[in-house]
Amino acid sequence: MPSYLLEILVLAGGLVLLILEAFLSPKRKSVIAISAIFVLFIVLLLTFWAQKGFGSENVELTRYYAFDSTALFFKRLTLVATILTVILALDYRKVLSKFTANPNSEDGTGEYYCLFLFACAGMMWMASAADLVSLFVALELTTITSYILVGFMRRNVGSLEAGVKFLILGALSTGFLVYGIAWMYGATGTTNLAEIGQNITEENSTYLLFGLSLVLISLAFKMGAVPMHLWIPDVYQGAPTPTTAFLSVASKAAGFAIAIRVVEPFLNGSILAPKVAFILAVLAGATILLGNLAAIPQKNFKRLLAYSSIANAGFILLPLAAWQTGDSDLTSKQVIAFYLAIYLIMTFAAFFVLAVIHRNTGSDEISAFEGLGQRNPLLALMTAIIIGALAGLPLTAGFWGKFLAFKAAIDAGLWVPVVLGFIGVAAGFYYYFQIIRAMYWRNALDESPFETKPLSFYTIATLTGLIVVLGIWPQPIYWLIGS
Amino acid sequence: MSLLLILIPILAAVAILMVGKAKSIATIAALVNLIIGLGSVFSWKHEVWTISWEVLSKPSIHLALGFYDGMSLIMVILSVIVLFTAVMSGKCPEGREKLWYSSILFIGAGALGAFLSTDLFFFYAFHELALIPTFLMIGMLGSGERKEAAWKVTIYLALGSIVLLAGLIWLVSASGSETWLFEDLLASSIAPEAQTGIAALLIVGFGVLISLFPFHSWAAPAYASAPAPVAMLHAGVLKKFGLYGLFRLYPMVSSGMQDWLGWLIVLLLCNILWVGLVTINQKRLDTMLGNSSVMHMGYIFLAFAALIHAGSFEANPLAKPAAVVLMFAHGISIALLFMLTDTIRRKTGTVELAELGGLAKAAPRLAFLFGLAGMASIGLPGLANFSGEVLVFLSGFWEYEGGSLGCIQIATILALWGVVISAVYMLRAYRQTFQGPSVEHTNSEHVKDFGPFCQIPAAILAIALLVVGIYPNSLLNLLKEEPAAPAQTEQADK
Repeated sequence: MPSYLLEILVLAGGLVLLILEAFLSPKRKSVIAISAIFVLFIVLLLTFWAQKGFGSENVELTRYYAFDSTALFFKRLTLVATILTVILALDYRKVLSKFTANPNSEDGTGEYYCLFLFACAGMMWMASAADLVSLFVALELTTITSYILVGFMRRNVGSLEAGVKFLILGALSTGFLVYGIAWMYGATGTTNLAEIGQNITEENSTYLLFGLSLVLISLAFKMGAVPMHLWIPDVYQGAPTPTTAFLSVASKAAGFAIAIRVVEPFLNGSILAPKVAFILAVLAGATILLGNLAAIPQKNFKRLLAYSSIANAGFILLPLAAWQTGDSDLTSKQVIAFYLAIYLIMTFAAFFVLAVIHRNTGSDEISAFEGLGQRNPLLALMTAIIIGALAGLPLTAGFWGKFLAFKAAIDAGLWVPVVLGFIGVAAGFYYYFQIIRAMYWRNALDESPFETKPLSFYTIATLTGLIVVLGIWPQPIYWLIGS
Repeated sequence: MSLLLILIPILAAVAILMVGKAKSIATIAALVNLIIGLGSVFSWKHEVWTISWEVLSKPSIHLALGFYDGMSLIMVILSVIVLFTAVMSGKCPEGREKLWYSSILFIGAGALGAFLSTDLFFFYAFHELALIPTFLMIGMLGSGERKEAAWKVTIYLALGSIVLLAGLIWLVSASGSETWLFEDLLASSIAPEAQTGIAALLIVGFGVLISLFPFHSWAAPAYASAPAPVAMLHAGVLKKFGLYGLFRLYPMVSSGMQDWLGWLIVLLLCNILWVGLVTINQKRLDTMLGNSSVMHMGYIFLAFAALIHAGSFEANPLAKPAAVVLMFAHGISIALLFMLTDTIRRKTGTVELAELGGLAKAAPRLAFLFGLAGMASIGLPGLANFSGEVLVFLSGFWEYEGGSLGCIQIATILALWGVVISAVYMLRAYRQTFQGPSVEHTNSEHVKDFGPFCQIPAAILAIALLVVGIYPNSLLNLLKEEPAAPAQTEQADK
């Protein structure tokens, strides 16, 4: 089946569910979530039969829509991330309804699940964007949906504040993007990325570089990298937890998917490649340093994860800066895909744990983890493994991502970012281990046992199992990337 | 087969977490491991021990296990002996059996994995696996300033590991080797310019893990507050990981190491003399032992320095055997000392030297074993450490033909003073603890001698010290024979 049907199916599913939502009784809105998971799962299965869509008669559309192994990987990643987000939202609906409508009904939670489908469709399209115009449209579909998702808890001041911040900075970054696209179009006379790559000359290189820098700034907003990282801690902290998880995984992955698309023609050419690689290396180094160092004093776990997501964006930028193509060795695209696949597992596991902690203690602070080792030893053990993976301990999946990123950077001789990276990892040990310290070395005031809902529990257990298995045997991820 | 050595403790630990019956499962698992480990001495060259399974294709990383050479074998023997005795010693706090025994088994599994790995990646990774339970145990079940000590050791060792990892990735990247297997790596060569930087990272990275001066300050407080089995396993076994790694990777960076020889000699002398003097000044038995274990690392570094000076294993054939024998001897003796110190703590309630005295009257067997381990640690002939130290000093003077003294010879002569320092602090500690009149904590009314169950692990360690001390060839013979390559065996058949 043609690959563009995937996006259409997700979009159609979202619209149908939105209409259905209006007719459902307030107590049964979770039906929407389950149907959404079902739709996404079907689409995920269908990706295995997807092929390049447009025939020769549709030349005009072909230039807007690329379909290759990278696109397919990012589509699947987005789908999995959205499924996990909706599962997380399902267990989070009590908190959600508390801040939207009547706490005793589920009124007002139904739309929340549908919005993820629209964002997901936008991200899947982003993965296939071959033209700056389609890139912009797909990006805006996602971003505008995200504004609503962030500010969804309308009776919660934090959520509203986060929504406003996100809106203002998002609009700013969109401005950068359009301005950058205009420069690139002006310099080459085309918006198609492949054609831009062919039209780089000594004369227009300065204008192109300026345009590309503007686009990169805007993409940094999506990726959560320096210099557009400022929104992350506040928005992550204020937004409903499922939205935060969605932003930190799916949105970031989509950001990297289009970043690869945009910089690829420049890095494969010869004229601008060194300069673009240099800009990326600077961004990587700065992002790693800032994300990791700013994470150290954090006392709130959600904020800690926000800075950790900035830091991870820096680590993912490393292989992008160390651009390698060719089929014999590991390419940068594969390293990024590999890293993001692992990042998805660890980050979602961490957010599921956070949601469980929040339901039981009503707090997102690190101090809420105190005494977890005694209150729920199994959950504490799984959390310790997840935190270890985030810190990058060997024999957990988290290690491999950092390992490959560093290897790519060392092979490319990016010494300064590599040194900063190692400082970052060392700092990471410090701030991640604060959680382990709280769980095991401190005693809780409240000794009552912790309860975990079965859905969350089994999801955490599955993700933790994946972290351990992939930590010893990461080869399956290569199969998914298709190398 | 070698996978068994790692899987048994891991599965036992998981079983303990699931089922309970912690002590018996742990003891049985450690005993089976001990038997397999000792049994491997007779068959270690056989192919059944090796496995190799590619877990990642690009870069090519294998879960490859086996006895790479005699050094691996000796470290594995050390690990299984100490693991078994660690499981049997120490007193677990009520209600924490699951955590206690599963952590010990995880540490043991990590150490065994590191020494059995024939792939550089898993060599590194298994060591990290062992560190996590170490941190948790010190932080949760340690004594005294446990949280401070645990936090400090976590930060130090994590930093050391990161630096080490940077060095290892650079090493593999510069070597151009296709895989991370030791055999491929050691067959490749690295440009001399890159070697200097790699060697520096390796010395600092491994150095932090071995507690090389000035990165040693985590060691004494950590060992002092760690539960006895953890101190035994870390000081006895895990710390040797760094030295093992240096000797293993040395041929790849031999010229790079040469650039740092001067620095290394200064640092190792600081380890022996400076830390030695610090040790004399300790007022507590446990911190004294912690410092003494830091100090003794200096001798092994001395053998390493002699090796660097000579330039290759062939040019100084004594250096590696000397280091390996001393690593083994030190591992056994420090494990025994930590175990007995813990016994003293439990029986008298204190390890302050000033509050002890005359314990020999109430606990003669304890006094005898402590004396034996202390003498071994000083380097009394007939005990294992003596063989190691003598070999180290001899390796310092290898191919010295009179004339002016080289830097290694001067370092060796200075290091000899370390033996005197050890004698001072160890004998003084022994006198303070066991000789003289009994005091309140140590009179025979409330101190009982060793029970039979506690004697078994102590006896095993003491026997190991004696066997290697009287007949060091038992280890040296294992080191002489390199694993026979298939081609050679064919020739032998003809």
